[in-house]
Amino acid sequence: MNAVVGIGSSPKRKEDARFVRGKGTYVADIKRPGMLAGVFLRSEHAHAKLNSIDVSKALAQPGVKAVYTGEDMKADNVGGLPVGWGITDKHGDPMKEPPHPPIAHDKVRYVGDAVAFVVADTIEQAQAAAEMIEVDYEVLPAVVGLVDALRPNAPQLYDDVPNNLCADWELGNSSAVDAAFENAAHVASIELVNNRLIGNPLEPLAAIGEFEFASGRYTLWTTSQFPHVVRLLMGEMVLGIPQHKLRVVAPDVGGGFGVKQFHYAEEAVVTWAAGKLGRPVKWVAQRSEGFVSDAHGRDHVTEAELALDEDGKFLAMRVKTLANMGAYLSTFGPNIPTNLYAPLLSGVYQIPSIYCEVKCVFTNTVPVDAYRGAGRPEATFVVERLVDMAAREMGIDKIDIRKRNMIPKEAYPYQTPVIVEYDSGDPLGCLERSEELADVAGFEVRRAESASRGKYRGLGISTYIEACGLAPSRLAGQLGARGGLYESATVRVHPSGAVTVLIGTHNHGQGHETTFAQIVSDRLGVPFEDIDIVFGDTDRVQFGMGTYGSRSLVVGGAALSQASDKVILKGRKIAAHQLEASLEDIVFEDGTFSVAGTDRKKSFQEIAGAAYVPFDFPLETLEPGLEEQSYYDPVNFTYPGGAHFAEVEIDPDTGIVTLERYTAVDDVGTIINPMIVEGQLHGGIVQGIGQALFEHGVYDPTSGQLLSGSFMDYCMPRADNFPQLVIEPHSTTCTHTPMGVKGCGECGTIGSPAAIISAVVDALKPLGIAHVDMPASPNHIWNIIRNARTPVAAE
Amino acid sequence: MRSFNYHKPDTLDAALALLSGNDEALPIAGGMTLLPTMKQRLAAPEDLVDLSGLPGLADVAMEGDILVIGAMTRHADVAASPLVKEKLPALANLASRIGDQQVRHRGTIGGSISNNDPAADYPAAVLALNAEIVTSKRTIAADDFFVAMFETALEPGELVTAIRFPLPEVAAYMKFANPASRYALAGVFVAKTTSAVRVAVTGAGPSVFRASDIEAALAESFDATALERISIDASELMSDIHADNEYRANLVMVMARRAVALAQQSG
Repeated sequence: MNAVVGIGSSPKRKEDARFVRGKGTYVADIKRPGMLAGVFLRSEHAHAKLNSIDVSKALAQPGVKAVYTGEDMKADNVGGLPVGWGITDKHGDPMKEPPHPPIAHDKVRYVGDAVAFVVADTIEQAQAAAEMIEVDYEVLPAVVGLVDALRPNAPQLYDDVPNNLCADWELGNSSAVDAAFENAAHVASIELVNNRLIGNPLEPLAAIGEFEFASGRYTLWTTSQFPHVVRLLMGEMVLGIPQHKLRVVAPDVGGGFGVKQFHYAEEAVVTWAAGKLGRPVKWVAQRSEGFVSDAHGRDHVTEAELALDEDGKFLAMRVKTLANMGAYLSTFGPNIPTNLYAPLLSGVYQIPSIYCEVKCVFTNTVPVDAYRGAGRPEATFVVERLVDMAAREMGIDKIDIRKRNMIPKEAYPYQTPVIVEYDSGDPLGCLERSEELADVAGFEVRRAESASRGKYRGLGISTYIEACGLAPSRLAGQLGARGGLYESATVRVHPSGAVTVLIGTHNHGQGHETTFAQIVSDRLGVPFEDIDIVFGDTDRVQFGMGTYGSRSLVVGGAALSQASDKVILKGRKIAAHQLEASLEDIVFEDGTFSVAGTDRKKSFQEIAGAAYVPFDFPLETLEPGLEEQSYYDPVNFTYPGGAHFAEVEIDPDTGIVTLERYTAVDDVGTIINPMIVEGQLHGGIVQGIGQALFEHGVYDPTSGQLLSGSFMDYCMPRADNFPQLVIEPHSTTCTHTPMGVKGCGECGTIGSPAAIISAVVDALKPLGIAHVDMPASPNHIWNIIRNARTPVAAE
Repeated sequence: MRSFNYHKPDTLDAALALLSGNDEALPIAGGMTLLPTMKQRLAAPEDLVDLSGLPGLADVAMEGDILVIGAMTRHADVAASPLVKEKLPALANLASRIGDQQVRHRGTIGGSISNNDPAADYPAAVLALNAEIVTSKRTIAADDFFVAMFETALEPGELVTAIRFPLPEVAAYMKFANPASRYALAGVFVAKTTSAVRVAVTGAGPSVFRASDIEAALAESFDATALERISIDASELMSDIHADNEYRANLVMVMARRAVALAQQSG
């Protein structure tokens, strides 16, 4: 196949040719000359003073080149890990931002906190030596739970952070909300927990640092979703390496889900150690190490209330959330439960006033940061559980109460009371189509059939909206971002007419090499095969903010679209010269430049060739070459949304919840590659269901040990947990992105947890259950059923 | 993983000689527990004695009325064996549901029972079926073999060579899998012979055990309804983040009822 593959078609993914053959190049595959192996010794205690660390025995082990501690890095003036987005609390004070040394000194604050770094010829030698390090810990009481951490006598993580409170943040008009509540006909309220998750991308974190004496340049190979941002954060703020002396490469990366969009201590440590030793140093996380080296997600405790009038119309919402930061602030930690959470609390509904208060709390746990959806699944869960609760209490059908309160299609653009303005959407259209596909009408028959077998069956619903395409820099700046969030693309047309795209986003499973090639093929009329997408290397790609927040197509694709337009303009100039016509008369269509109304034309390839052979170019007005670059900064977020239905069956004997049907209708805007979009939705939905039914990061409340520290105890969803998902798009066009795209990477994860829990609660309706916390695991559900049945049995 | 010396003897005597008197030596069958333990550096044998080269340890055959399964028979081979499927279908069914594909093609019956993981499936079958464990030294009754969590009657250097299963009239195994590890949270093997009913429970306690109240009830009436008024004492059972002991006690009864129902169907 050597043809134009345009927007809306589903070619096989370019990148799969190497992936399915095992020919990808991941950080762990890279071997540098003279490379050494590094191993971290990590704290076995959740909270302890580091009285002393004796590395002498470890240093004497065979093959050991160095053993570094936090004191060594401190003595070398290595900085703490920076936070990329600061928040301001409700009193106008900046958040508490305690230092986060790459290797702990003075104190360790969670199980897994790095204590020392051992470098040896081989990994086995480094592991053996790490066991010889003698650490004198003075164990302190630990606190892992949010409510516990705020109690007056709770163990304190930092001397200068009273009550472990990082920030007490708010959004919205509390007096308007209070007034609405006073006049409400009904108030629904709920207390809920959003369970801690551990991302577990298939490829664990890995990093190689290297220093080249001749050029004075450092290179870091790392499993990152945003190599340019790592270069900025690590170079400027941690190691003091000038930007032009640091190259960061993120090659093939095996899944990210947000877990790889932070600057990690390990990146700084290997780079620093490589400089000290003059040899490359590699670290690859062990699978079980990943449970404590990777930032975790979610972990909220929330109380929320919804005020309604007598017709079930929403009047106001009040939300109070405690959000776990873990022991240190990760790169975007404080931003996730605040700016990416509270602005989504309006959901797809008209709610005149909303007030949200978020307390960000330090605990003796792994730092918490963005994980697929990042703040928006948490917001959706609160809104949708609250709406279900209101429907139940007021005796209104839960689909009907949503329809009564949805923002009608014609009301867009819609300004919410919590900052954001939705540009486009059709929540009712999504809901009606989803209702049809899910055969809601036939549900009661299926419920009765389940009941005849002694099983509880439930139908759940979730409607959602999210803010994607991070982010308009101006707005982000107002909200505390410490950098812009635009994206860049260069379209380099070679003399043959083949194209290399250099783009600042990062492909780690999303199919960018295919989707972006389709955009270029469509725009320039260049065969799909003749287009390469390059990303992930700060020495090749001009700049970029990376991939997260469903932004790659929305922001990166927009930059690519703009750069392609510039190439067309330049091509028209060259064609005007070649065809001896005026620029205005040159039209570009289907890969051909022609003079309007004539048969005089040049192919894209001919013009590309001419661009590099400028014998007769009027050089004062026409430069040689055909390469254009664009930076795109969005004017607004995009707002994908949708309506999901889940149907579950519960076995009361064992409490096991079986997902029987799942239906999703989503508005993701213009679709470039339907197959890839469907894959993203599948993955996202399954990941969200993982949170609702299976996954749970659990700490021992006393010792602070991570109890779910391996796949033996942390339940990842598997293929046999799922029925075939029914997925259909129902798109409206984004009004402000060049191609009308909205993004689709996080939709499923945002929509699905609430749908599942809604279904579980519906199944348990005969027992009078109003809410079930996640995950709805068998023991948890069996306890609920048993407790609900006990009083009945006693009668 | 630490470095070790790898041995692959081709006779049982040679294997025993390598293990004898060497505290730093460990035998490896399928390695489904030992290898992960070594990777975590929790076990660090200096000598690893691979039993997969020993002849005649992976045979499945009838000896009179006894089904004899060689200790090195892989789970997948037990599951697929026409002889096991015909003579003791409950055991073939159990083997087909151990772990995952990879585990079933590496793990062995001898390795599983020698390890005596409290949540392993085979110990329940061996105990409920009143099997005999043939070792390099002697024959041990199942009731005497499983001592405690990860502990058996095997002496250092003693190797299981075969398991001898008397055939029941009917038998069945039901388990409720841990959603994360897929090990049994509770697995119940029910076996009825002409003279007795034996019921063994795995996953729920610190080691596989016989449930005497369930056995007594079923001896009177081998029917799931006979178990409706029986419960099992939760205080002896394990609690963890997946299942508290009350829940495990419930699962034991649910699995026992389902196993009896299945045994009746297949019988």
